[in-house]
Amino acid sequence: MTDKQRIILKNRIAVTFAWIAAILFFFPIFWMVLTSFKTEGQAIAVPPQLFFEPTLENYLEIQERTNYTKFAINSLITSFGGTLLALMIAIPSAYAMAFNTGKWTKDILMWMLSTKMLPAVGVLMPIYFLAQKFNIYDTKFLLIVIYAMMNLPIVMLILFNYFREIPKEILEASRMDGTSTFNEIREVVMPLAWGGIASTALLSVILCWNEAFWSIVLTTTDASTLTAFVASFQAPEGLFWAKVSAVSTLACAPIVVFGWLAQKQLVQGLTFGAVK
Amino acid sequence: MKAIRNTALCLTLGALSATAATAGELTIATVNNGHMVEMQKFTPHFEEANPGITVNWVTLDEGTLRSRVTTDITTKGGQFDVMTIGMYEAPIWGERGWLEALEFSDAYDVDDILPAMRGGLSHDGNLYAAPFYGESSMIMYRKDLLDAAGMTMPDNPSWGHVQDAAAAMTDKDNGVYGICLRGKPGWGDNMAFLSTMANSFGAQWFNEDWTPALDSPAWNHAVNFYVDLLTNYGPPGSAGNSFNEILALINEGKCGMWIDATIAASFVSDPGQSKVADVIAFAQAPQAVTTRGANWLWAWSLAIPAGTKQADDAKTFIEWATSKEYIELVASENGWGSVPTGTRQSTYDNPNFQEAAVFAEAELKAILSAEPANSTQNPSPYVGVQFAAIPEFQAIGTAVGQQMTAALAGEISVEEALEAAQTAADREMSKAGYY
Repeated sequence: MTDKQRIILKNRIAVTFAWIAAILFFFPIFWMVLTSFKTEGQAIAVPPQLFFEPTLENYLEIQERTNYTKFAINSLITSFGGTLLALMIAIPSAYAMAFNTGKWTKDILMWMLSTKMLPAVGVLMPIYFLAQKFNIYDTKFLLIVIYAMMNLPIVMLILFNYFREIPKEILEASRMDGTSTFNEIREVVMPLAWGGIASTALLSVILCWNEAFWSIVLTTTDASTLTAFVASFQAPEGLFWAKVSAVSTLACAPIVVFGWLAQKQLVQGLTFGAVK
Repeated sequence: MKAIRNTALCLTLGALSATAATAGELTIATVNNGHMVEMQKFTPHFEEANPGITVNWVTLDEGTLRSRVTTDITTKGGQFDVMTIGMYEAPIWGERGWLEALEFSDAYDVDDILPAMRGGLSHDGNLYAAPFYGESSMIMYRKDLLDAAGMTMPDNPSWGHVQDAAAAMTDKDNGVYGICLRGKPGWGDNMAFLSTMANSFGAQWFNEDWTPALDSPAWNHAVNFYVDLLTNYGPPGSAGNSFNEILALINEGKCGMWIDATIAASFVSDPGQSKVADVIAFAQAPQAVTTRGANWLWAWSLAIPAGTKQADDAKTFIEWATSKEYIELVASENGWGSVPTGTRQSTYDNPNFQEAAVFAEAELKAILSAEPANSTQNPSPYVGVQFAAIPEFQAIGTAVGQQMTAALAGEISVEEALEAAQTAADREMSKAGYY
């Protein structure tokens, strides 16, 4: 076997593994979509049915029973709102740490990241009582604040790494021109790190969109998001797999489309600086 | 420009922070069971008949509902005006003053509610929750398999007979298992069933001095019987099975017998859901040494948390949703086979219902035979059939349930499981100051 043939063989093996991994990751989604077009009886049939007469009855029942649009709009507002708030705090903070690195910078970052290791339920009661006290329980405002705080450590860490890639000389040049700190961030740092900021924002939106714990616990009717919507279709007495599959498909659809449209930025941003 | 920006920001935050609690707007917490889903669909009828009251539904899964309503009621959160609760919570919360006592007009005919249901949802003679649908437990079995085995099922079978029938119906080569029972841990899951089984073997949760009685020979006998039965004639993975998993199995024709909530009868006898609908028959829950406590009693009920600002509107809603007229409304739209059952004598007296529901007679008999205040062979200090109506039971039942599942899965022996269960229950009761 020549070297060229060996390289081709290696590539083919790698591609095969990549396909297997992709299929494994995609299969649950495929099965969820498929099940959403089955009746409850077909959904639990043994052996599982790959070919069947599809029905739209689950989607029609969801439409009849609930207001999907309201939940979707809440998800949209809280995900983008939470991300925006996180970025508003994280960009200046990451700038300060990336360009004015001090003795404790890494420790501060590590401490912030360590808050992600705290189980969410550990702070449930204080947050619940505060929300009630300030009369913001079941509001989108509350979820936006919670989501922003929840993602802040990750957003800051990623932005900190992006900002460190920016040559300091560029900032020094702008300072010599007499620009203010605010303008330096807005007109120099942000345009240079735009790909990184966009991919961080995308990641944050996805994390917010999929968040279930807080949205189930801190909302009742007004601010409930799609994750609470999905959870509401579980039944203690009665079959619900087909309906839950349909509602999950509806909940996933917007973020899948969004991710598809933004995949170039996402991949670009996440691999930024990886080959330095 | 700055002023406009600030105003816009304030308006946005104001809009985002706006809360829903407006007059005439009821927020009702419920679970996603079929009858509750139907109730949501019929809500426009209520709103039309009661102008000025609108209804917001919050549907949660059972575990989340329990924790949410418990948190709301203990912190006086006021998030819900009507709550869906069970027979376990109603008397305990009523005693603590967490629920409004319910008093209805004569037209509501409170005496029509089955006495067992009324008693289980009351404390000190006050009704604290109105039953929306109720259930007991009974045997649902494949008559075709039993006939093929040359056996019959008496109306009140013994556990020995059930074991023989399970053995005769089991055909593992064809994926048919003689008996399917709950195995998933939880006070409302495997322990709901196991408590009734233990009752019929002469066991009880607590002695008269409130010391746990899980180390008794009766518990040992009952749990060993349960584990052997499922190991020999049950489907693989029984330790993970609860109501829905077994419902799926029986609808696919994989179970010869199932002992569970009477509400399941309407699912397994529905040709739209079940492949074996036309061969399903019913019998009373099996007995060993006594019939006392052999079948459970439960009601999904509607209650009003104390302190709600919409108590009158909430009562109006409950009166509508649990009335005879509501049952007739469901019957007129969906047929008598789809009405919520287990609550009113008038439903069972109705010839149309008797004709539509093949399980009606067995279900009523099971419900009427359940006595929460007298559910054990020997005297016991608690009320409740498949639970003891004390606040500590939830934790004890779940801890014991985990041990029983471990025994069923073969991780530990029945003796080890019961010993650990007794220790856990003893610790909890001692900590709570019962002795």
